[in-house]
Amino acid sequence: MAGNREFFHRRLHSLLGVIPVGLFLIMHLMLNYNATKGPEAFNKAAGFMENLPFLLFLEFAFIYIPIVFHAIYGVYIAFTAKPNVGRFGKFRNWMFVLQRFTGIFLIIFIAWHVWETRLAKAFFGTEVNFDMMANIVDNPLMLIFYIIGIVSATFHLANGLWSFCVSWGITVSPRSQQINTYVTMAIFLALSYVGIRAILAFT
Amino acid sequence: MAEQQKTVTFIIQRQDTPDSAPYEETFEIPYRPNMNVIAALMEIQRNPVTKDGKKTTPVTWEMNCLEEVCGACSMVINGKPRQSCSAMVDQLEEPIRLEPMRTFPVIRDLMVDRSRMFDALKKVKAWIPIDGTYDLGPGPRMPETKRQWAYELSKCMTCGVCLEACPNVNDKSNFMGPAPLSQVRLFNAHPTGAMNKAERLAAIMGDGGLASCGNSQNCVQACPKGIPLTTSIAALNREATVQMFRNFFGSDYSY
Repeated sequence: MAGNREFFHRRLHSLLGVIPVGLFLIMHLMLNYNATKGPEAFNKAAGFMENLPFLLFLEFAFIYIPIVFHAIYGVYIAFTAKPNVGRFGKFRNWMFVLQRFTGIFLIIFIAWHVWETRLAKAFFGTEVNFDMMANIVDNPLMLIFYIIGIVSATFHLANGLWSFCVSWGITVSPRSQQINTYVTMAIFLALSYVGIRAILAFT
Repeated sequence: MAEQQKTVTFIIQRQDTPDSAPYEETFEIPYRPNMNVIAALMEIQRNPVTKDGKKTTPVTWEMNCLEEVCGACSMVINGKPRQSCSAMVDQLEEPIRLEPMRTFPVIRDLMVDRSRMFDALKKVKAWIPIDGTYDLGPGPRMPETKRQWAYELSKCMTCGVCLEACPNVNDKSNFMGPAPLSQVRLFNAHPTGAMNKAERLAAIMGDGGLASCGNSQNCVQACPKGIPLTTSIAALNREATVQMFRNFFGSDYSY
């Protein structure tokens, strides 16, 4: 693949964003939703994930390595663009900018989130459960930070699905792309509902 | 009846050499009915005096056909890249601001060097090779409906407006831009051109090609000829997906 590294990297970036990172996000938000049924339900679901066999391998193969590649290459993509919504304020151009903006924000958010809820456990053996999250979002600023993070993630995934469909040649005609805009925005709203309900359940 | 002569104000971004700093000059030009931006520039050429009465050098720009088919007179007019021949003064908000398309190297004033587009066309082999040592005879026929469809893509005049509108075409990236990509679709759709389809796909699957598109879709909004650039890009993405697997696994069809 020497001659077309950029093509390969862009396609890999696009694919990894959906599989596995996108699928992981959906699973993650669904699991969190158990918090709306009370601390017990959440702790049980989280415990199930924690006790998966080969956990570290699964985490690295399906989350850490793909998301790190997606993040690093995504920063490169974001910073090689020159946003021009001031001159061209059309819908898709706004989505283009928002996709890059949420991407950069998510790196900050996810780094913080992983530190707080995963690395702290790995290094200091902090217990990860309902009470821990409840403690975090007890601070209204952290709650806002988390809500913005969740909405950024659901937007980035939904809009990323839209461009995935274009980049792989699934939606070619303008009409199919238009319909896919509605579909992906519905996905955005649905996932945001799940995510926000879940985080509010900890307050 | 001593009627005040109606005038039009232009603020023009000027630059004396490719490397010198740009600066602005304001001109007040006598209005004529139905005048376009080129007519105003010609007026400045005849009488290169700024609004303050200072004598200056005539503004440099490029033009050729004056009917929006050659692409030479593209510039940024009131923030939008477009052809100055079809930019009617009556339809523009005043003062009218003219700037060169800075995506390209500025040669002088409003004149830019669009060589990168022609280089890209060479890179993607945007032609149909028919030369040989003997007469190859007529090529395969093209259905009329397809010809009409292809005609729309062939309207591209390499004017550079889509590159100027694209956020991914800039000095930080080597993206060739939408125009040459759409030409690949045009030549790959041609019955004779299709014989070299894989070569063109290979070219746009290289660095600075198809994959650098970020789907902001400004190009299709900005294109003065209404070329379905984003549809071309998505269609090429589909072909590149197939070609990618052919390249990787090998195929009897990858001629």
